[in-house]
Amino acid sequence: MADTAQTVPPVQPNSPARARAKSWRRTDWFAYIYLAPALIILTIFHIIPVIYALWISMQFGTVRNFRLACADADAIAKIPEAFGILRNFLACFDNYNRALNAPEFWDAMKTTLFYVLGTVPPTIFLGIVVAYLLFQKIRGRGVYRTIYFMPHVISTVASAIVWAWVFDPRNGLANHFMQFIGLPVQQWLVEPDGVFKLMGESLKIEVPEWAEGPSLALVSIMIFSFWQSLGFDVIIFLAGLTNINAELYEAGRIDGANGAQLFRHITLPLLAPTLFFVLVISVIGSFQAFNHIFAMNRMVAQPLGGPIGATRTVSVLMFNTLYAQQRAGYATAIAVLLSLVILALTLIQFKYLGRRGEGA
Amino acid sequence: MATQNPWRINRDRARSWLVSGGIHAILIAGAVFMLFPFLWMILGSLKTYNEATTAGFFPREWHFENYPEAIVVMNFSKQCAYDAGNPLDIFDKCLLLRYFANTIFIGMVAVLGVLTTGVLAAYAFARLNFPGRDLVFIILLATLMIPGELTLIPNFVLMVQFPTPESVIATAFKLDPDAQIKNWIDTYWALTIPWIATVFSIFLFRQFFKTIPNELFDAAVMDGATHLRFLWSVVLPLSKPALITSALLTFLGSWNALIWPLLVTNSPQMRPIQVGLAQFITEAGTQVQLLMAGATMTIIPIMIMYLILQKWFVEGIASVGIRG
Repeated sequence: MADTAQTVPPVQPNSPARARAKSWRRTDWFAYIYLAPALIILTIFHIIPVIYALWISMQFGTVRNFRLACADADAIAKIPEAFGILRNFLACFDNYNRALNAPEFWDAMKTTLFYVLGTVPPTIFLGIVVAYLLFQKIRGRGVYRTIYFMPHVISTVASAIVWAWVFDPRNGLANHFMQFIGLPVQQWLVEPDGVFKLMGESLKIEVPEWAEGPSLALVSIMIFSFWQSLGFDVIIFLAGLTNINAELYEAGRIDGANGAQLFRHITLPLLAPTLFFVLVISVIGSFQAFNHIFAMNRMVAQPLGGPIGATRTVSVLMFNTLYAQQRAGYATAIAVLLSLVILALTLIQFKYLGRRGEGA
Repeated sequence: MATQNPWRINRDRARSWLVSGGIHAILIAGAVFMLFPFLWMILGSLKTYNEATTAGFFPREWHFENYPEAIVVMNFSKQCAYDAGNPLDIFDKCLLLRYFANTIFIGMVAVLGVLTTGVLAAYAFARLNFPGRDLVFIILLATLMIPGELTLIPNFVLMVQFPTPESVIATAFKLDPDAQIKNWIDTYWALTIPWIATVFSIFLFRQFFKTIPNELFDAAVMDGATHLRFLWSVVLPLSKPALITSALLTFLGSWNALIWPLLVTNSPQMRPIQVGLAQFITEAGTQVQLLMAGATMTIIPIMIMYLILQKWFVEGIASVGIRG
């Protein structure tokens, strides 16, 4: 105590200011009161539900009438007797077993993967292109930015209503456009056939079943999400570009680099952290695609996930299982499996791309 | 400059004109793609059914009556009767207004909640010393990795099990002889309380609070300020950008939420506008012109808000991206 007092000579050892300054450095027990409101809400509605989800996923029956799967004789009977005493334990995971053995689950996974692959890379790629164009000290940058971001602000249900109408087979804009450029009109949202199959048909080529590609219905929904999320990517990339030190470009130009070289050697590496952020956010977001699929299917008056399951993503499957079939346990098992996939993909991205992103 | 070949300057200028012309052409094409659906929607909302389903691009006459008609359809074919003696009654009788009022109420509660809980928690994380601070913060950050899908059903089950405070009080004190314990389904509790705190906002505010220089703290200590006083009169005014960003994103998220309100509401009176609009799709059936009118009406408020506050929207999103 004595020597600390000597190192701070201007303040009198016993002055009230010093006492208070010391009190600010002490343990602030009242901090827990500051934390309490947020922590209580987050614990009840975000942390406990994760554990609760595991518990619910082991239940049969409806929300008001749960039965533990482990206590179900049929579920136990399904497990081979060789497991002995473990049979009761393994039977708890019957819902997972069912999901993993259900063709509809794997179809939904495939649809979701098509959806993610069909939306995330094109949106990011064109997002960078548009951001780079806007970055070129172009006139009216603010106006373009406002317009490109607008779809992201408008509620999904409202814009899905419009887009379902754009894709209307009878008098939709999309078919007007197809006629304008001399292509055959399409069924869009109600077309369960794969896009490559449809292209093959119009070119009179037989396309093998594995190469049919995502259904045109799903592609229509992808076009919608591209429209909706492009502006978000543009804004973030534009901010990332603006953050790059202008002197680097100056130095590059003095060294005689042309536009493409500047982009390749300065812009891209320095944009990597932004790119990584957008990639992670977009993958997580599109794995959970639901709202627009819900609204657009309702607009064309077909069951959620139609036509014949062509737009049934995992989220849609989960919602249908809960809402229409009232099987909360099974739906939660699907949600847990989906979350594991999302988590694994996020960790893979962090492991293989994150380091490069941070190093730049 | 004087020694340079004048032809070369002209050629460079022509080239830069060409380049910027090309850029504008691409950007305008993109802008048309972004705006066309809105134009198509407004045009569609002013056509007759026959025009909308068969005829060309523009309506022959502007059919503004589609809008009141859409309101009636949204109201399950009842008129929105205004009673001068009981003006607030309109919110019970007119579903479109009710949907809007619900949405605004839910959004306001979410914004106020997220700001209050977020600011207090972020201040504790950024400026206070207490055991377990870093551990709690890391746990909170880890929850950012949890997909919303996972907590959806457990939260729904919680709503079925939670008793509403007013029904508990009514039963406990026998305020009403037939009082029964009600759960949170179809109440404002379910629509608001789970969303009044977000990890994202705590994280955003903490980042901001940490940038506030220590000298300000020392000065405040010298002046004898308490933590709350310092938070209120120094930290918050300096953190306005973060507060506005969080408020806008929270409001937008609440305005656009669909799956949660769809699960926890049953009666039309509790629906926010998204669910109301989704229901309207079924009510209007094939009446496309009414659907377009309904969609137009619901996007007008948010569109006006966006155009007024677009600088904050855009910069808020951008700053989040950079910080993330």
